Formats: sequence, C-alpha cells, structure tokens
Amino acid sequence: MAMASTIETKTVLQVEGVRKAFPRPSGGEMTVLENVDMTLKEGEIVGLLGRSGSGKSTLLRIMAGLIEATGGKARFLGEPIDGPAEGIAMVFQTFALFPWLTVLQNVQLGLDALQISSDEAHKRALEAIDLVGLDGFESAYPKELSGGMRQRVGFARALVVHPDLLLMDEPFSALDVLTAETLRTDLLDLWSEGRMPIKSILLVTHNIEEAVLMCDRILLFSSNPGRVIAEIPVDIQRPRNRLDPKFRWLVDSIYERMTMPAKAQAAGARPAFSAGGIDMLLPRVSTNSIAGLIEALAGAPYHGRADLPPLAEHMHMSTDALFSIGETLQLLRFAEIEGGDIRLTETGTRFANEDPHVRKQMFAESLLSYVPLAAHIKRVLDERPAHRAPYARFAEELEDAMSEEWAEQTLRSVINWGRFAEVFAYDENQAMLSLDNPV
Amino acid sequence: MSNISTISVARRERVAPSAWDGIALCLVAGTLALIIYGAQQMNAPLASVSKAQISLSPSALPEYALRTTLRMFAALAASLLFTFTYATAAAKSRRAGAVLIPILDVLQSVPVLGFLSFTVTGFMAIFPGSVAGAECAAIFAIFTAQAWNMAFSFYQSLRTIPEDLDEASRAFRLSAWQRFWRLEVPFAMPALIWNMMMSMSGSWFFIVASEAISVGNTTITLPGIGSYVALAIERRDLTAVFYALGAMLVVILAYDQLLFRPLVAWAQKFRFEQTMGQPTPGVWLLRVLNRARLVQIALVPVHKSFVAVAHAPLSFGRWRWRRSPIQRRWLNIIWGVIWWGLWALVGAYGLHALYVEMAGQIGWAEVFSAFKLGLMTLTRVVVLVGLASLVWVPVGVWIGLRPGLAMRLQLIAQILAAFPANLLFPVAVVGILHFGLNPNIWLSPLMILGTQWYILFNVIAGASAFPTDLQDAAANFRVRGRNWWFKVMLPGVFPYFITGGLTASGGSWNASIVAELVTWGNTRLEANGLGSYIAKATAAGDYPRIILGVMVMAVFVTLFNRLFWRPLHAYAERRLRMI
Repeated sequence: MAMASTIETKTVLQVEGVRKAFPRPSGGEMTVLENVDMTLKEGEIVGLLGRSGSGKSTLLRIMAGLIEATGGKARFLGEPIDGPAEGIAMVFQTFALFPWLTVLQNVQLGLDALQISSDEAHKRALEAIDLVGLDGFESAYPKELSGGMRQRVGFARALVVHPDLLLMDEPFSALDVLTAETLRTDLLDLWSEGRMPIKSILLVTHNIEEAVLMCDRILLFSSNPGRVIAEIPVDIQRPRNRLDPKFRWLVDSIYERMTMPAKAQAAGARPAFSAGGIDMLLPRVSTNSIAGLIEALAGAPYHGRADLPPLAEHMHMSTDALFSIGETLQLLRFAEIEGGDIRLTETGTRFANEDPHVRKQMFAESLLSYVPLAAHIKRVLDERPAHRAPYARFAEELEDAMSEEWAEQTLRSVINWGRFAEVFAYDENQAMLSLDNPV
Repeated sequence: MSNISTISVARRERVAPSAWDGIALCLVAGTLALIIYGAQQMNAPLASVSKAQISLSPSALPEYALRTTLRMFAALAASLLFTFTYATAAAKSRRAGAVLIPILDVLQSVPVLGFLSFTVTGFMAIFPGSVAGAECAAIFAIFTAQAWNMAFSFYQSLRTIPEDLDEASRAFRLSAWQRFWRLEVPFAMPALIWNMMMSMSGSWFFIVASEAISVGNTTITLPGIGSYVALAIERRDLTAVFYALGAMLVVILAYDQLLFRPLVAWAQKFRFEQTMGQPTPGVWLLRVLNRARLVQIALVPVHKSFVAVAHAPLSFGRWRWRRSPIQRRWLNIIWGVIWWGLWALVGAYGLHALYVEMAGQIGWAEVFSAFKLGLMTLTRVVVLVGLASLVWVPVGVWIGLRPGLAMRLQLIAQILAAFPANLLFPVAVVGILHFGLNPNIWLSPLMILGTQWYILFNVIAGASAFPTDLQDAAANFRVRGRNWWFKVMLPGVFPYFITGGLTASGGSWNASIVAELVTWGNTRLEANGLGSYIAKATAAGDYPRIILGVMVMAVFVTLFNRLFWRPLHAYAERRLRMI
C-alpha cells in the first residue's frame, strides 16, 4: 500500500511559509520558525534533521495540529490543519504511554476518537500489536516493559488508526544504541514490505546516520530561527549499509553542512545587538568536558586533528553533545572546526600539556578575550564600588535578546566558566555575582 | 472505566461458586441493607428527632455509628463531585481559575465551624418540617471539612499532567470527557485518595459539632455518635464518652480495611513512575473479591458499563467555528467583559448584603476587639505549634529512621489524627477544675491535641525518605550531636515538616472555636480568644458577630499562611529538596 504505484504521486502534506513566534516576557517576540516550505508525497519517508532547539519539533507539532502556526499555511491532503486531524498519528520521543493502561488498552486508546465498535477496535488493536511483534504482551503494563518494547507500543498505537501520515518525534533517541537499531530495522522492513497501513512518514531527528539510513529525503534545519537550509535527497538503494562508501560520504557531507552555521555563529555573523555580542547564546558545557575533549584530541590517535563522526562514535557521544563542546572550544579559540574536522589550535595544544593551575589562567584569558558576556560581567563588577551585581541584572539584559530559558542557560554557563577560571564568584543563596573569592 | 479492572479482569473459566462468594455476598448484601435502612431514617419527620430520643445506652451505638458513617460518606461523595467540577473548571479555564482558586484558598482558611450557623437555617428552609434539612446541614458541615484539600489536590494534579501524555491524548483526538476519565482522573488518583483519607480523618472532629446543632433558639439533635457524645458531656457521663470512643474506633478501622486499604492498593497502578514500584501491599478484601467467582461474573456488566461511559466521546460533534484572529480577539474581550462583569455584580451584591447585615450592629471598636482576640489566638497557635514541633520532630526522626517501627507507627499516627480530640475535652475540664488552673493557659493545649499528629507523621515520612547514602556519609565522617541535627537531619526533613506544620496550624485555628469554650455539664470554661468569640456568637445566634469573627479569623489564617508558611515552603522547595 505504501509503495502503491500511482501515475501521479499525491501530495500528503504541504507547508508554505510557516512561521512560529512566541511572545517574550520583556515584550516583542522570539521567532522559532521562519518561512518554512516543504511538501511530503505519498510513499516517502522524509527526515527533518537539525540540532536541538532548531524548531524541528515545533514544526512537527504544527503539522500534528498540537500548536498553531503564527503565519503561513499547513495543509494535510489539501485541507488546512487547524487541530489534530484524523489520518495523522504521532509517535513520541518519551513514548507517552498511559502507565495505568495495559498494552492493549494503550493501543485501543488510539481508536477511542474514531467511534468504531468495540469488537472492531479489539480486533484492530490485536492486529497492530501483532504487527509490531508484541503479541503475548497484551495485558502487560508499560512499566513492566523495556524501553524498546514501550516504543513498540507507541508504534502500534499510531498504526492502529491506519493513518495516512505517521509523524515521529525523535522516536529512537531515548533508547540504547542496540535497541534503537533493532527498532529502526524492523520499522524499515515493515515499510518496504508495505505491511504498514500508512502512506508517508515524517521523521524528526538530530542523528545524522539515522536520517541517512531511513529517509528518502532529508531537510536540513538551521537554528535561530529555524528554517530549512538544504534539501538532501538520499539515493541509496535499500536496505542501506552504514559501511557503504556512498553512505559514509553522505554522512560526512551533512556533518560538514551542519557545522558551517555554527562557525558563522561563533565568528559573530548573527545579527549583533548594541551590547556588543553579549547576547550570544552559550551552550551548557562543563569545563570538565572542555578539558576532556582537548586532552582526547591532543592524544593518540588524533594528535590534534579528528574527523567528527568517528570522534563522536569513539567518545560515545551524541552528535549534538559533541557539536556543543566543539563549538565552545572554537569560541575560546582552543580549536577550529572546518569541513567536518576539528583541529586543536596552538593554544589548545599548549592547554593540553599544562598543569591545572596554568590551565585555569589560560582559560581565564580566553574567556575574557573571546566571550563578550564574560568580559561584560567582569567590567560591570570592576566598575561597581562594592564589586557585586545581582544575577537578575544580567538575566534581564539577556532577556532582551533571547528567551527566558536561553538567558538562564547562557548565564549559568558563563557563571560556571567564570567560577572555574576564578574570574568572578557567584553566591547562589543571594543570587549575587561578585569579585570576592569565596571563603 | 476500563482501568478499574483489577477486580474484574480476572475472569475465570470455572463458574461454580466458591466459599469466597459467600463471604463477598454477605459483605455486599449487608452493606446495601445498612445503607437503605439509614437512608429511610434520614427522611423521617423533624418531630421524631429531639434530644429525648437520644439514648446513652451502648446498644444504641451501632445504629448511631451507622448513621454518622453514612453522613460522612454522603459528604465524601459530595466532596468528590465538587472536586471533579470545581477543580476541573479552575484548571481548564484561565479565566475561571483566576477567580476560583483564590476563593478556594479563602474557603480553606475560613473556620468550618463558622459555616454551621449560616447553613442550618438555609437547609431547614429548603426542607421545612423534615429531618432532611437538618441532615443536609450536618452533611454540608462535614463536606466543608473535606472538600477543599481534595479540590486543591485534584487541581494540582491537573496542572502537572505530563506534557507528552497531554499531547498524546490531543493527537489521538480524545474528547474532553474521554480525556477526563482516561488521563486526568487516573493521573490524579493517588494524591486524591490520600487526600480523601485525610479528609475522612479530619471530619471526625466536626461530627460532634455538626450533629448537635444549636443556633440561637433552634436546637436540632440528629441521631449519631456526635450527638451521643454531646449528650454524654451534658450529663457528665464519662463511661458513655468511652463507649462512643470505642464505636468510633470500630468505624475508623472498618472503613480503613474495607475501603481505603483496597483503594490505596488499587491506586498503586496509577502512580506515574515508569519503573517497577514496590509490590502492592496485600489486601484481604481484594483477595476475597478476586476469589469469589460469582461476584466476578456479576461485576462484568458493572465494569462494562464503566468502560462504555468512559469511552463514550460525549462531545458536541466535530463542529468547529473557524475564527479569524480578529474575531477571536473580539470574542475574547466580550467573554472577558461578561465574566468579570458577572463577578463584579456578585461581589457588589455580597458587599451590600454584608453592609445591611452589619450596619449599625458592629462599630469599629468591635472590629478592633475582634482583632485583639485574634492576636491572642494567634499567640496560642504559634506557641503550640512550636512546642509540638520541639516534641514531635525529634520523635518523628527517631521513628522514621527505623523502617520497621515507622510502618507500624505510621498507621497508629493516622488513627490518632482521625481521633476527634474534642472527645477528650471533658477530661481536661475536670482536670482544670480540680487543680484550679487558669483556663486562658490550660485550655490552649486542646487546640493542638488533634492536629499535632500531622507534624509527627510528616516528619516520619521525611526521615524514612532520607537517603541512606547521606546517613552513611554522616556516620562515616562521624558527624554527631548538634552538627548531625543541624547539618544533616533537620535540613533533610524540613520540607516535610513544613507541610505538617502548615496543616497543624490551620487545623488549630479551626479547633480554637471548640477548644476555647468548653462545657462539662453546667460548668463552662472559657479562654479569651477569637475562637470563643465565634463560639459564643454562634450560641447566641448573633449573625453580625459570627460574620465578623469568621472574617477576622480568615484574614489571620490567610496572612499567617502567606507571610510565614508560604515563604518557608518556597525556601524548602528551592534549597532543600532532595533531587
């Protein structure tokens, strides 16, 4: 059914110029999605690939009718989407199973809104459970199941409504590596055998290999605000092999593209505000991870230079986490990212060889030179007679340029870095930054 | 409701009746017969209930106990209905919540016993000449002791529904009705059941006050444990007081075993933890019902109809009015004007009514003196909660760190909390008279008699939840004595203590109405305070003064909570929560 050959493939989903903005507490609004266009045809698996916070989940929720777009149009089978539509089913990252319902009842929940007879519902639920390979577990409660089995229930609940479109929000990212791979393979098998009662799949993910493995087409998302920066067709024969050179090449090239905007961001290419770049969003990266990555890069087998994908694998890290640390290194000029590679700078190499005391000094130097917010805080504290300033003072300043959560994340990061570098101190009880050395 | 299926899911193949069927049948039939009998009695003409007919003979107690229990459950049913509607409205609509939640907050602070005088007259007017009016007034009084915390708990649960489940229920297009029964009620269930238990415990205190009501010249005595005790106190019959205590204990144990134990065990499955919890505690009633095959079969249709009701979409079709943003903004403004206008009218009418009632009756001097009395009661509450904490925090920690002991004592503490302390008042009166003590000081402890247990069992819960690794670390670094208390244990149990202290102080305010004015036969002991002020005004049927007293007390309780307990609670949440 999925591969039904019609002469003209039908458009299942169409998104035109969709925009989403949230009001900011300090007035104005924050744009999460900007001018997004995309179409989804029958028989396709399309991936939305992007870093966390790039708005791809928001786009998925607009398609699911869970949230409303601020502007633009989203149509499902030609009809405007204005609420959860019949014919669209969703699989959640966190499974979203009702702990008080059994597997069978959870699956039947998908049918509650359809007003079909209870016998028919029972029959369909059993079929769906059978399809995902959970027969025998009908009367089990979710808490008795492993993560992988729970997500199978999630799939069964979505498939039981025989949707035209299946939306998947990072469905494998809460699972361990082995389980995730099994589930992906099983799903792809069902898809290519045409055993699933669905027409198209939309997959949101931040895992590049997963996107290349599963999708016919990948839409690459950039952050701040989220928009589609590239459309990448995946013309690799199924079943795909991760070791296939063509597969590797595609993964590498996507890595490269995804690190490009990050570089631009660090160089200050984002629209700067009057405060002189203090509004740069800082990732939550601990100083331990920074030192750890520098040491790993300096040592064998990398000797100062590494290809990102194998490095992520070697360090058992998600792409996203590695990107965050790598970008921080780049921001502090300890490393440079280029073409999917990361390379230690001279400072970075020196940092790796120094003792903790000197490292602190080097870190402080880099922090004050290259992180405008840190320098700004230091300057304010220097200027004030008591050398103290409340947390809220900086939080409010940041909130003019970013959301409350991001302001908090950014400030927390800079406080942790500043504490490590002993550039300034922070008293959590009074929410007060100061130049004092804590006693 | 398909998830109420622990009992009925286990359909057995053999249908031959078992011995368990006999036991179960007796239980069910007996309960039904008792309910019908009790309900018939409640509809009798008013003339049939007068004080003369209350008998102090112990043989009358079973019937009294039954009728009191029925009243409590009727109130509980009303509280549930209130909870499901009021809290849902408050949680679903921002506009409604902005009005309903502050109202609930104030209602919670208004002394329950202050309500009595207003409601009795109202209900009597609705059912003239029948006991039903008085019954309703009594049930309403118990309801006011039960409903608020249940509604709050349900509201809190609705506000904290996990986001992914909320999205799933919307993505699969459940109607509001389906969502309510399949997501919201199950999610709220564990906390709600716990609050129902607390409510039942709390309401005993008011049974005595609500069954023997006298407002001004009207005196109504409804047959029940409460009026039995009231008569025993009037006749100075200490033996009868003890009989009543016994009956009450039996009732408490019965509903604990027959209702709450099974409910708690059943609610285990609604706990929102995705991991295997502790094994469900064994509950004999569930075992009997599970083994009784005929009962199982009889329950199938009951279960099926539940499922049918809970699954029914009950929505107004798929009709939706596609509104443009401008239309929506205007509609929003129009609804806002109607809504707030309505409340402004209600408020204005209330103020007017208040003015008419109070004008010319109450001068500023009266208000001032009521506030002075409030300060006296406040002093009592603060001192008593402080003293009770000094005693019960160390005891609670000591018990809580010994898991075996904690389990056993936890139950006893809960029974003690249910125990209506007003039954012990006569003993206090006898003591104060005998030793010639000052009632202003020695009546005070009565206020906290019933509420101190909240401090105890919250601290026990806190100490038993205290992480073992922190205990081990403290032992390893030989942290002892003062340091151990102030750096290890007290910060650990502090959030729990706050919850207990808040409940205890609120309860004490309420209790002051009965504790500051105590009678034993013809002897009357009085302590100066807001409680005795309200009690005297109620006895005299002096409405303006009742209103003044109740309002002043509500102000005191609300301010005390806002300025003292809330900040402490916020501090505990921020700094001392174990992650």
